[in-house]
Amino acid sequence: MHHVFYLMLRRLRLPLIVLITVYAVSVLGLTLIPGLDDQGQPWRMDFFHAIYFVSFLGSTIGLGEVPYALTDAQRMWTTFVIYAAVVAWLYAIGSLLTLIQDTGFRRVLAASLFARRVTRSQEPFYIVCGYGDASSLLVRELTEHHVHCVVVEKDPEKILHLQVEDFAEDVPGLCQDATRSDTLIAAGLKQPCCRGVIALTGSDHHNLTIAISCKLLAPDLPVICQSDTSDTAANMDSFGTDHIIDPFEIFASRFAMLFHSPSMYLVYEWMTASMHAPLAEFTRPPGGDWLLCGFGRFGKAVRKHLGAEGINMRIIEADLEHTDAPADTIEGRGTEADTLIDAGVADMAGIIAGTDNDANNLSIIITARQLNSGLFTVGRQNNRRSEDIFRAANIDMTMKPPEIVARHILGLILAPLLNDFLHLTHDQNEQWANLLVSRVAGVTEEVTPETWDLQISPLHAPAVFDCLIRGEPVTLGDLCTHPRDREERLPCVPLLIKREQENCLLPDMDEALQGGDRILFSGLPDAARIIAHISHDHQTLRYIRTGEDLPGGMVWQWLARKGH
Amino acid sequence: MNLEKVIFAFFSILALTLNFGFFIGELDDPTHHNSYELFAALIVSLIATVMKFGDRAHIGALLLATSLVADLQLIAAALVWGFTLYALQEPLSATTIASIVSLSGGALLANLTSVILLVVETVTFRR
Repeated sequence: MHHVFYLMLRRLRLPLIVLITVYAVSVLGLTLIPGLDDQGQPWRMDFFHAIYFVSFLGSTIGLGEVPYALTDAQRMWTTFVIYAAVVAWLYAIGSLLTLIQDTGFRRVLAASLFARRVTRSQEPFYIVCGYGDASSLLVRELTEHHVHCVVVEKDPEKILHLQVEDFAEDVPGLCQDATRSDTLIAAGLKQPCCRGVIALTGSDHHNLTIAISCKLLAPDLPVICQSDTSDTAANMDSFGTDHIIDPFEIFASRFAMLFHSPSMYLVYEWMTASMHAPLAEFTRPPGGDWLLCGFGRFGKAVRKHLGAEGINMRIIEADLEHTDAPADTIEGRGTEADTLIDAGVADMAGIIAGTDNDANNLSIIITARQLNSGLFTVGRQNNRRSEDIFRAANIDMTMKPPEIVARHILGLILAPLLNDFLHLTHDQNEQWANLLVSRVAGVTEEVTPETWDLQISPLHAPAVFDCLIRGEPVTLGDLCTHPRDREERLPCVPLLIKREQENCLLPDMDEALQGGDRILFSGLPDAARIIAHISHDHQTLRYIRTGEDLPGGMVWQWLARKGH
Repeated sequence: MNLEKVIFAFFSILALTLNFGFFIGELDDPTHHNSYELFAALIVSLIATVMKFGDRAHIGALLLATSLVADLQLIAAALVWGFTLYALQEPLSATTIASIVSLSGGALLANLTSVILLVVETVTFRR
């Protein structure tokens, strides 16, 4: 705000000097010109009357000729004074209005308002750099979970989009280049409440710059970056970027999972699904030969992962030179029937349209389906605006990079343990995944389960922590019991207990808790609320553990002791 | 040469000299103190103040402060003058003119500080 004030004063210097000079000259003139009083005696206007006279002339309110009627010489001067004062005022007010309309001034004003909102914020917040499809999805979900965000975006039009969105929380937006370190600091990088930086600018290079700046300016702050190429990802990794998200890699690895372990795929889908979404279903893709159109970043990731599943792939690519495609690649876009027939579409089990052009992808799928109606179709949808046509095309599986990125980051933020959990599931077999899916499906009723963390600490679970300090054992089952009825289990499944030495995957209900444990749950939102209540409320926990409903108040406690 | 600085120095020193011109003379003798001189000193001092508006440098802010002090002192002097003559309808007595002149003496000190600061700034300014 200081900045704005100084800028305003600086711009108003000249108009103010003009105004003072005009007034001074006018007053001086009036005191110097001889006049006549009501008796016809020579009289000169004094300073007091001159200032009074000029003051009301300047604002063009005529109060008449005071204190005596003016002589013609005085009237002449007064005429000059009227015009000079009006011009001076117009100039001053005009300058002020120009200043307010000035885009530079407005930017400074917006930036200082933004800075004030950020510095005054007492709530933990995340800085989101870039406001594209993925960011807007992410910000929407985060605010629905009451996580505060600050958006930095270079494009004023996108900031405008942000301002008209109706979020559950207030989301301040800064229209500046996020790759500049001063912008990041203005967005609150060094604020104690800042919890992390998320770089989703849509450019690998920009994301990289942001990650480096953040790691240098605030080394302890987690940085989450999107990266579409393995080069940049390796670079980001080299200086300790906490999470690097490659949507193509994520999709390809999950898609490959569908071939060998569909239940594991479901586990992934459910754990990272957005709130209130219907429970994800899937159709198992057929084995056999597959056709892959487009051998860019996405195509390469798909080939790597499906290749590992032992699936034979035929590749169609328009630009053989730049993409470094394998020798048996067929040249062409895949949108024409000829290329597809050349590639042997009739004998293929499925087709993946993975170019970076939505219209081409749709065209590939529709043409291929005409040639072979039994094809399993996978389409890459790059733009969120193509949502409707992709849905109308009735594609078996749609890959939406922004959604994948947003959901992945959401999982990282809302349930930091989820990442550990998903890593651990890699080593498990399909049977294990089946068991997990049936357990989770048992507690959730047709809606996507929510995942959340609980830490056994004095801050997050004071009641449990106190019990443990006193040496009274608390089991995981205690936490998952309904306070209304001790026999009733809450609709949730504990997925993981993380301790210093060990990780306990899918822990049993009679697992004894220890101080410092971090537990990952999956289940209905209601269960999350009740578990938070149990872990905070001594009396509820006591009832669950012992079945005794002890009185809470001092008087009642005393009465209870008396009764025994 | 910085034109802005030169013009500001001109107004600062002019404010000081005009102020001095008004101040000098027998303290309680109205004939030694001209109202036009007070008017001129006030206007020049006001202009000098406005010229320092929005200056974020440390010395600039100090100059703004000193010239604001001078303005306040001179405005107070002018108000005392006008109030005695027109609100109280009394002729200018020796005590009144003494208080007016002493107020302008305060402004003189403030203007002097401005000029000293200006000199300090110029001396420390090396190229």
